[in-house]
Amino acid sequence: MSRVDGAPLLLDVRDLSIDFSTHDQGAMHAVENVSFMLREGEVLGVVGESGCGKTTAMLGILRLLPVTGRIVSGEILFGGRDLLALSESEMADVRWKDIAMIFQGAMNALNPVHRVGDQIAEAYVQHASKADRASADERVCRLLDMVGISRNRKNQYPHQYSGGMRQRAMIAMALACTPQVVIADEPTTALDVMVQAQILELLKSLCDSIGVAIIVVTHDLGVVAEVCDSVLVMYGGIAAEYADVDTLFNAAQHPYTRLLLDAFPDLTRPKDRLTSIPGYPPRLNALPPGCRFAPRCPAAFDRCHVEQPGLSQLGRFHSASCFLVEPK
Amino acid sequence: MSEQTQTTSLRGLWASLKRNPMAVAGLFMVLFTVLLALFAPLLAPYNPKESVRVTVDDIYAAPSSAHWLGTDDAGKDVFSNLIYGTRVSLTVGFFAAFISLAIGGTIGLVAGFVGGRVENLLMRFTDVILVIPDLPLIMVLVALTKPSLVNIIIVIGILGWTGTARLVRSQTLSVKERKFVLRARSIGAGNFYLIRRHIFPSVFPLMMVNTVLVISLAILEESSLAFIGLGDPTTLSWGQMLNFAFTRGGMSSGAWWALISPGFAIVWVVLGLTLLGQGLEQVFNPRLEWHHLSKAKRMVRRIITRSVESDKEEAS
Repeated sequence: MSRVDGAPLLLDVRDLSIDFSTHDQGAMHAVENVSFMLREGEVLGVVGESGCGKTTAMLGILRLLPVTGRIVSGEILFGGRDLLALSESEMADVRWKDIAMIFQGAMNALNPVHRVGDQIAEAYVQHASKADRASADERVCRLLDMVGISRNRKNQYPHQYSGGMRQRAMIAMALACTPQVVIADEPTTALDVMVQAQILELLKSLCDSIGVAIIVVTHDLGVVAEVCDSVLVMYGGIAAEYADVDTLFNAAQHPYTRLLLDAFPDLTRPKDRLTSIPGYPPRLNALPPGCRFAPRCPAAFDRCHVEQPGLSQLGRFHSASCFLVEPK
Repeated sequence: MSEQTQTTSLRGLWASLKRNPMAVAGLFMVLFTVLLALFAPLLAPYNPKESVRVTVDDIYAAPSSAHWLGTDDAGKDVFSNLIYGTRVSLTVGFFAAFISLAIGGTIGLVAGFVGGRVENLLMRFTDVILVIPDLPLIMVLVALTKPSLVNIIIVIGILGWTGTARLVRSQTLSVKERKFVLRARSIGAGNFYLIRRHIFPSVFPLMMVNTVLVISLAILEESSLAFIGLGDPTTLSWGQMLNFAFTRGGMSSGAWWALISPGFAIVWVVLGLTLLGQGLEQVFNPRLEWHHLSKAKRMVRRIITRSVESDKEEAS
């Protein structure tokens, strides 16, 4: 491991499984046996196609699942405490103060009828002690400075912000209570490439300057290569591969990860046709009996279609769930 | 920040409203009526409560310079009655609508936000009230209680909230699923805080529009009640003027002024409120608003001149 090797463990998610109950089709397994760790100052990327459980897993960590969602098993250890064992009010204390979230779609996560500054202050005031509330305004100004928004725009409404500024405002909001972990759900989606780069730069610099650990949920492997220390590749609700970023880009083991990397345009060969992975991710109500990637996997053999591979440890910090890499 | 960036300010509201001529007409019709009601003693040539010495000639006297709209069955000045009548109509309208708003708004917000069994219970209750025909029930209730102005207001108010409740509930249902509510909840906001700070402000404009329309309904209902003889006997409302003219020989004596004047007044107020309500709806619902790239030149030009003016303001 690189930069954060040896740093103290912050968040340890073990065998997290989340079901959605439906009234006509029984339980749907949206996330199954996903494990990952987050060290202090680490940036973890969670990648995968749409609908493979990334956002669900993140909402699960904060216990903010929709009413039909339920965490069926697993442990989420944060600083030695299991978040799943906390009462609702204890959890409300952990949220934002310890683990904050940048929601997908900054426009929707800002209330259009309130000033941006007030909404950032909202997060602070909810958790600050009475004495600190008076300083909320000061705090908002500092947060805006931190994310590069001019202070005098704090009294403006979300519609007066550009897409990138809204995203910055959301980041400021996430940092309001100086959390140790920030979960960023697709922070660069729907932004143009220049603004994407700025936002990533901002996240990276925040990670360096205030030492916050970040989980970045994304579709974009470019984002992963740019900012992440380690990567969790999810497919159909399970962890396909989990490795540090160098290993993943240079020595990916799971066929899905390899295909995902192949699907990324190569700058050195601009005339190549883009490759894609034929087919779609499995529907949650019609999961294949064997490996979830088997129907689309070019390397699949008989066993893949009937049996689910477990997670095999390939190195100190590298694991994949595929029969091909299973130690004999 | 300069003020024009706040779309919620009164100035911004007016700027949007004045682009809709019908709404402006409605606003002025309502304002005119409110002024009449406020300054009734100054504007009315006679006091309707004053006893007058009446001769036969004074009953249903045709319009003249002394009585601009003629006299009624008791020899009183119709024009003065009309002006004092605005007070009754507006009082009933505003207070009844306020009661409706309070009941309907609360039930709608709670039902929409809490959901589940509570919602079911509240909305079925609303449906029950909704399907009861309003006027007969109001008649029964007013007849059972004393037909005083306060009773009429309360009865109209507690029966007129169903539309508001359904509207507010549906809007609440859509707002509470928005991302910012989840965000606020994850920040640690409680239910009451969420309703007060995040849901109510988004629902409020709709409530306002609805209230303006409920005012007109309440006025209409009060007039109907008074017309069928269930009005407050101590106050003279437009409905009562119609009732008197109708039942005390106004028709047979050909006194059209005693019938048409209050009728026109009712139409005036109700029309004004409806126009204003629809105009406000257009302002509050951006989807119904004129776009600044609209093809209607008139609309675009106004905005341009406005922004040029404000640029000058900022420069100076």
